[in-house]
Amino acid sequence: MSTEENKVVYTPKDFKSDQEVRWCPGCGDHAILSSVQRTMAQLGIRREKYAVISGIGCSSRFPYYMATYGFHGIHGRAAAISTGVKTANPDLSVWTITGDGDALAIGGNHLIHAVRRNVDINLLLFNNRIYGLTKGQYSPTSVKGQVTKTSPYGTVEPPFNPGELVIGAKGKFFARTIDGDIKLSVEVFTEAAKHEGTSVVEILQNCVIYNNGAYADITNREHKEDRQIVLRDGEPMIFGKNRDKGLVLDGMQLKVVKIGENGITEKDILVHDSKVNNPGLHMMLVNMKWPSHPVALGVIRNVAAPTYDTAVHVQIEKIKEQSPIKNMTDLLHSGNTWVVK
Amino acid sequence: MTKKRELIELDDVVIRFSGDSGDGMQLTGTLFSNTAALLGNDIATFPDYPAEIRAPQGTVGGVSGFQVHIGHSDIRTPGDLADVLVAMNPAALKANARWLKPGATIIYDRDNFTPKNIQKAGYKEDPIAEDRLQDFNIIPAPITSLTKEALKDMNLDMKTVLRSKNMFALGMIYWLFNRPLKYTEEFFQQKFKRKPEVVEANEKVLKAGYYYAETIEALHSTYVVKPAEIEKGVYRNINGNTATAWGLIAAAERAGLQLFVGSYPITPATGILEELALRKDLGVITVQAEDEIAGITTSIGASFAGLMAATTTSGPGLALKSEALGLAVITELPLVVVNVQRGGPSTGLPTKTEQSDLMQVLWGRNGESPVAVVAASTPANCFYYAFEAGRLALEHMTPVVLMTDGFLANGSEPFKIPDMEKMPEIKPPIVPEGTEDYMPYKRDPETLVRGWAIPGTPGLEHRIGGLEKDKNTGNVSYDPANHEEMTHIRAEKVAKIVEDIPEQKIEGEQEGDLLLVGWGSTYGHLVSAMEELAAEGKKVGLAHFNYINPLPANTDEVLGKFKKILVCELNLGQFANYLRMNYPKYEYHKLNKIQGLPFTVAEIKDEAKKLLEE
Ligand SMILES: Cc1ncc(C[n+]2csc(CCOP(=O)(O)OP(=O)(O)O)c2C)c(N)n1
Ligand code: SF4
Ligand SMILES: [Mg+2]
Repeated sequence: MSTEENKVVYTPKDFKSDQEVRWCPGCGDHAILSSVQRTMAQLGIRREKYAVISGIGCSSRFPYYMATYGFHGIHGRAAAISTGVKTANPDLSVWTITGDGDALAIGGNHLIHAVRRNVDINLLLFNNRIYGLTKGQYSPTSVKGQVTKTSPYGTVEPPFNPGELVIGAKGKFFARTIDGDIKLSVEVFTEAAKHEGTSVVEILQNCVIYNNGAYADITNREHKEDRQIVLRDGEPMIFGKNRDKGLVLDGMQLKVVKIGENGITEKDILVHDSKVNNPGLHMMLVNMKWPSHPVALGVIRNVAAPTYDTAVHVQIEKIKEQSPIKNMTDLLHSGNTWVVK
Repeated sequence: MTKKRELIELDDVVIRFSGDSGDGMQLTGTLFSNTAALLGNDIATFPDYPAEIRAPQGTVGGVSGFQVHIGHSDIRTPGDLADVLVAMNPAALKANARWLKPGATIIYDRDNFTPKNIQKAGYKEDPIAEDRLQDFNIIPAPITSLTKEALKDMNLDMKTVLRSKNMFALGMIYWLFNRPLKYTEEFFQQKFKRKPEVVEANEKVLKAGYYYAETIEALHSTYVVKPAEIEKGVYRNINGNTATAWGLIAAAERAGLQLFVGSYPITPATGILEELALRKDLGVITVQAEDEIAGITTSIGASFAGLMAATTTSGPGLALKSEALGLAVITELPLVVVNVQRGGPSTGLPTKTEQSDLMQVLWGRNGESPVAVVAASTPANCFYYAFEAGRLALEHMTPVVLMTDGFLANGSEPFKIPDMEKMPEIKPPIVPEGTEDYMPYKRDPETLVRGWAIPGTPGLEHRIGGLEKDKNTGNVSYDPANHEEMTHIRAEKVAKIVEDIPEQKIEGEQEGDLLLVGWGSTYGHLVSAMEELAAEGKKVGLAHFNYINPLPANTDEVLGKFKKILVCELNLGQFANYLRMNYPKYEYHKLNKIQGLPFTVAEIKDEAKKLLEE
């Protein structure tokens, strides 16, 4: 907000609607809701400028719980509806809420094209590796072999990694966070909001009912420091309970090394730069998996690029200026006409 | 410069240009039509082309045709049969021989009537004899060789040379009908500003054709078709797709809203998107989406955001949009969906016309999902029905489907330019800032229309979506009684549009023996048939419907005024079934055609006479 008058002070409560939240107790979605409300309260954007748009799924119920403008769409189409909202009115802060099925199965086409166009939306992908709302079928992110109601003998198909897909679709912003890590989520959502273009945030979300513990190996308290790495620009890629592990490039591979062993010092550790356009290292980072590597969290890629919605309006303004046709009457009388007397 | 021969005055004439799909027949026909229109003739055109861009050369399946009907009096159809045929090869003759008036003039490219081409077209050796055309006015013109001759000093490659032979044929036709070359020359100068050699080549060949026609003895006379006696005003030539695009822009202008169109290209609707994409000067936002679903859902998003939104498609695309159309129904957002029908099912006949999507449009969605439906009936009135679709959508907060078809989309006719000031102002129910106790599903008790609160407005933050809503608060509701009530409300809201649309007119006799009934693009043929039957003394009327859902308030009364009803449509009887469902007390006779072609006036008259005599 540019003028003093417009300065607004909100608390997260200002973003809570009067609707009773109906997710299962213990569902990761509760924490994500709270992180989003906290983020919006401190972004300095007026409440009426927010539009929260979703598809269908447990996660997609999200807009009902927000005291902003909201639209609960149809399955898979959240990114497309959001593209329409943002292109129609670039003045709005558009937040797209979608699930792993919504965004990567039925809505995969819209996701990759929103990312390719670089529409200025913030897309929060609730990845619980399962279809929650339909009660537990496997999704495009379910791990190979996962037993679900529609894969009673285990899936035989390999999953998508959302970050790999987004970067492959020319994505300029990709971040990852965990439902329960509210501090990190707020940090990452704030960066997503600041980034102009399609900001995709994958949220590792626990579905307590149908896929409980999907991320337990990396989120449990005992091991998490050793199995996660939070990337921040300008900081060396160091992790571990004792902050003694780091990432280096070994040929074309990322390798975990121990600082102090084999002559490795902090200086040898890679320093994170989300702003480099070359996606090579970002791609390696999003693909890191435990146990060979820690799972990368934080803003992994954050590259400036022109946005679709701005380009659309800039072009319109330019043509408006150049064209002699200023209104419908001008258009109707343009070109070849004749008079019947 | 010219030694004119006998000059014959005609009331109207039908000319058909026909050749391989690479021969440029569509352009030739369009240029002739534009010249005729600029000279004040009334015109109607019918482009008819194969789905393939370069269909197999020299075969009947690859023939591309453009028929134009020009006249001194009111021209309603492109004409059943042609007075003049231009055939660039034997296949073009084969495809069109049965669509000629007895004794018609046939100009053909002699150079292309080689034994090989003749056989490729399905003739044995003598096309004229085999099609029994000996008594016709046959003009074998060496079009290819004279085109080459005309350009021999220009140093052009053979492809460019051959590409301009259509201009030779056009030149001949211009001479035959006493038309100036000026407008066509201007077109080339405009179109090929940066390629002067192309301009020169086309002009040279055009003139060569013109002078050739003048020189040969075969053409005994030339013809004039005087300007039409039509209503005073400023006119332009327009096709249905452009008229549709412009009608949408006009509606947005009269509503004071920006127009947003999310679409995916599909024949024969693409022209609308292309035209709208040009109109950035009028602020039109076009999103060429990744598929039809994104086309409609981006538009729904834009409608939610407060713009006038539309999406344009044809039957297969509408099928993909159906789930999202239901979303627009339940969220009660304004949205225009244009369905330019083509032959179906599936990919069907992409470039041919048909009216077989009526049931799909009315009911092709899950749940009780009412939408308003209007249909345009001439290329030019696509403008008014697109405008009307926009008005109804915005003022009644509902999706409206506008139905046109391939025949209207590509056909053109003179369009009397309307005075924009006189077009109705469109007043969407936008909820003003500061409204107390705003609830998204609170409605006007009379019209049942809900208010439209636009994101960005302080204090009106609200959530809508595809789940059933409480009839007051708009919160999600699974209450059985509420669902039933909301289902009725949505249906009634659309039904109440009847109070906002005109009554159904009857043309011709106001009561009598036979009522012809039609809807959409068949108007020209039906009204011509009705008038010709009336001239023969028959007591016939025509009720041609533009408002499909809801039907006009007096429909029952209209149907009751005649002894018999004949519903004519280019499908297997969908509108007849729809009328029967709504007004079961009448007997509906049907005339159906499903060949990818419009009716002929003769077909309608024959069927009408049969019924009248029964
Ligand atoms: C067209 C359509 N197909 C299928 C469904 C059923 N359906 C609803 S949600 C869902 C999957 C949801 O999974 P996800 O997107 O991962 O969201 P989650 O519930 O896990 O948050 C499916 C298959 C639907 N509503 N609409
Ligand atoms: S089913 Fe799973 S994802 Fe859905 S609300 Fe319950 S815990 Fe959350
Ligand atoms: Mg899921």
